[in-house]
Amino acid sequence: MASKLTPKVSDRDHLQGPDTASVTLLEYGDYECPYCGQAYPIVKAIQKRLGKRLRFGFRNFPLTNAHPHAASAAEAAEAAGAQGKFWEMHDTLYEHQDALEDADLLQYADEIGLDVARFADDIAEHRHAARIREDFTSGVRSGVNGTPTFFINGVRHDGGYDLASLLAAIEEAM
Amino acid sequence: MSTGATGQKTVLGVGTSAPDFKLRSTPDQLVSLSDFRGSPIILAFYPADWSPVCGDQMALYNEILPEFRRFNANLVGISVDGVWCHTAFAKDRKLHFPLLADFEPKGAVAQNYGAYRPQDGISERALFVIDSEGTIRWSYLSPIGVNPGADGILAALENLAAKPGR
Repeated sequence: MASKLTPKVSDRDHLQGPDTASVTLLEYGDYECPYCGQAYPIVKAIQKRLGKRLRFGFRNFPLTNAHPHAASAAEAAEAAGAQGKFWEMHDTLYEHQDALEDADLLQYADEIGLDVARFADDIAEHRHAARIREDFTSGVRSGVNGTPTFFINGVRHDGGYDLASLLAAIEEAM
Repeated sequence: MSTGATGQKTVLGVGTSAPDFKLRSTPDQLVSLSDFRGSPIILAFYPADWSPVCGDQMALYNEILPEFRRFNANLVGISVDGVWCHTAFAKDRKLHFPLLADFEPKGAVAQNYGAYRPQDGISERALFVIDSEGTIRWSYLSPIGVNPGADGILAALENLAAKPGR
């Protein structure tokens, strides 16, 4: 059962790094998942080390039964993305996984310089819920088996996601 | 596809009539495979409750239940854990599908499906999609340490919906 990413990474995705990078690392993640929280600084370190040789993308995979704040946090990131600040919110959420109440999200929106009224309205109206569901469904179809799940150039990474293991797998794909 | 990563062990394959069973889902409730006749059912054998990752296999399937339901399919998880353990685990993870206790005689149902690991006393990570007539239409044995996800199950349910008769 080869688990291949479907659909492939495209400009629909939130991406960091150049299109010409030799490796694309894609994460399916949940903002309230502690294991994703552990992986967050590791991905940062790998990005720093590989620079322009790496492109990183993120898709939502909120486990809403396990994590009561996961859905609204994902909506917050997407709402920030609608204002061109997805990664600022993404990073803020992973750096504050213990404070993801609605009031916290509004505060982060303010801190990163979003139009807070528009942000709050997007969340209240669940304007980005369909996209999050799309991410989730694509993850299920691609063989996501928990969070975080990483794909390296479209192939599911079944090894560990400590710095050494993930970096080695990425370098092997280069 | 019934051969696992080891290439040796096999679980019951496509076309086999699924062995019936009667197992406890709660201290006072018994569930039989035959209860589910008339709609597809997914059997997910797994090694143990309380696997130490979030988004473990059962938590993942819990999130994907709406996708399974689109195919009118039911899901049960089966391990050798006892009913009280299952009850606590299901409550903690807010699971919305039954966990069955293959507890006494231990692992007997898993053995009937070729999905028992006698050396460890637990069941394999094995998946079966059974049609509304009780015939296995897809099975998969996953390496014990790898959560198989749900893509294979969904593909099997799609095939089933496309070709309901054999």
